[in-house]
Amino acid sequence: MDPLDPQDKIRVLVAKPGLDGHDRGAKVVAAGLRDAGMEVIYTGLHQTAEMIVEAAIQEDADVVGLSILSGAHMTLLPKVKRLLDEKGAGHILITGGGIIPDDDLVELEKLGIGHLFGPGTALERIAAYIRDEVGKRRAARVE
Amino acid sequence: MTSTIPRAKQWQQRAQSGDRVALARLLTLAERGGDEFAEVHPSIHAGNGRAHRIGFTGPPGAGKSTLVEAYALELRKRAQRVAVICVDPTSPFTGGALLGDRVRMNRLTLDPGCFVRSMASRGWFGGLARTSEDVADVFDAVGYDRVLIETVGVGQSEIDVARAADTTVVVLVPGTGDAVQAMKAGLMEVADLFVVNKADRPGVERVVAELEEVLQLRADGAHKPAIVQTVAMNGEGIDELSRCIDEHREHCAASGQLATRRAARAAEKVRRLLEQALRDRLFAGKGMERRIEEALQSSEPRSPYAVVRELLQELGLVSKETRKP
Ligand SMILES: Nc1nc2c(ncn2[C@@H]2O[C@H](COP(=O)(O)OP(=O)(O)O)[C@@H](O)[C@H]2O)c(=O)[nH]1
Ligand SMILES: [Mg+2]
Repeated sequence: MDPLDPQDKIRVLVAKPGLDGHDRGAKVVAAGLRDAGMEVIYTGLHQTAEMIVEAAIQEDADVVGLSILSGAHMTLLPKVKRLLDEKGAGHILITGGGIIPDDDLVELEKLGIGHLFGPGTALERIAAYIRDEVGKRRAARVE
Repeated sequence: MTSTIPRAKQWQQRAQSGDRVALARLLTLAERGGDEFAEVHPSIHAGNGRAHRIGFTGPPGAGKSTLVEAYALELRKRAQRVAVICVDPTSPFTGGALLGDRVRMNRLTLDPGCFVRSMASRGWFGGLARTSEDVADVFDAVGYDRVLIETVGVGQSEIDVARAADTTVVVLVPGTGDAVQAMKAGLMEVADLFVVNKADRPGVERVVAELEEVLQLRADGAHKPAIVQTVAMNGEGIDELSRCIDEHREHCAASGQLATRRAARAAEKVRRLLEQALRDRLFAGKGMERRIEEALQSSEPRSPYAVVRELLQELGLVSKETRKP
């Protein structure tokens, strides 16, 4: 089986957690990943960890992409990871963007969170990372 | 797992007992199509027929997603289990898609009695994806009472939904000349029910009058479509919509129309699957492509019709008798 058969589209759930009302960044990333040939499910503003996880499961997403501005990353991201694991969806890659201190990045990586990109990262880089990571995860998946 | 039961079968069993991850995987398989799904479809089909499938179509921005959410919430009050399929277009250039209907359905996300699934049209036209019906079959089989299907909504002739649904709802809004557009797009013929949404805006009476007028012309003597006014944003008119949808379903069941429609749907499905299987077989490998090139290569340009006739003869699909002058 080819884990990246074009018939098996990469599905990415893009969400904007937190209370602030701006989702420009999330929308730009969503459009960019669509242009990279992915199916992007956009869920909008004010998403809680529970909503993100449940939507990702319903959509059979390969990836959850979060736009994080509020500094809540050290609570939110581990929570999303824990809920996904608990619900039997630990295979879903968590990635995203925001301003995140290096120490936190290391910490989050240890918890199994994927790479988090700084502001202004080229979309091609994010898309390439997702393609590579999803390919590996799909190949490794036993069902 | 070391079991020899195919994974699709396992997903089906797990989905039936409420495992949402397994259900989502099975939906992906249905969406993809192919042999693996074909294998498991008979047992899915055996569990079909109970769910009421309701399609929502209409121009972009009419409020379909908002309406679907409001209607789903109404159904939840009656403890009905609700599945939603929302289709958005695939970009023909990149193969990617931006599926945004969930933005208006956030109140359904955490409800264990709801399951929302977005689908990209994946090169299919007519308002649905090629496999939207198969996805509905899965929801039906695992026990959802209602399957709500929202079409792409780009304002084209999105009439596929009438084939996939038991009840088709056409959503229009005031002030946009929608009724006329809908008529051109063939939506008048497929509508079992009209919703004039955004009834909080001026011009509602006008659309309703336009609709009434057009419906006068519909001479088929069938169930006359109701026209319901709603404000999807605040739930106004949703109880009335709900009543009309149930009424339509009851009417169809009592008049035998439901069975007729479903039989027609099954026949159409066989035709489409057959067509696709034949096409796939015909173009499997590179043989046919090469043969086409070869047949076209001659000293003089050849008519495509002549080439097709030659190829059909080679395939034994038409006889080789020579035509008399
Ligand atoms: N004024 C008004 N706006 C509405 C109503 N229903 C939906 N909308 C708005 O119309 C816009 C499009 O709605 P959406 O459900 O996404 O439409 P769709 O493209 O047909 O699915 C959104 O901004 C909604 O908030 C309504 O009844 N009244
Ligand atoms: Mg919509």
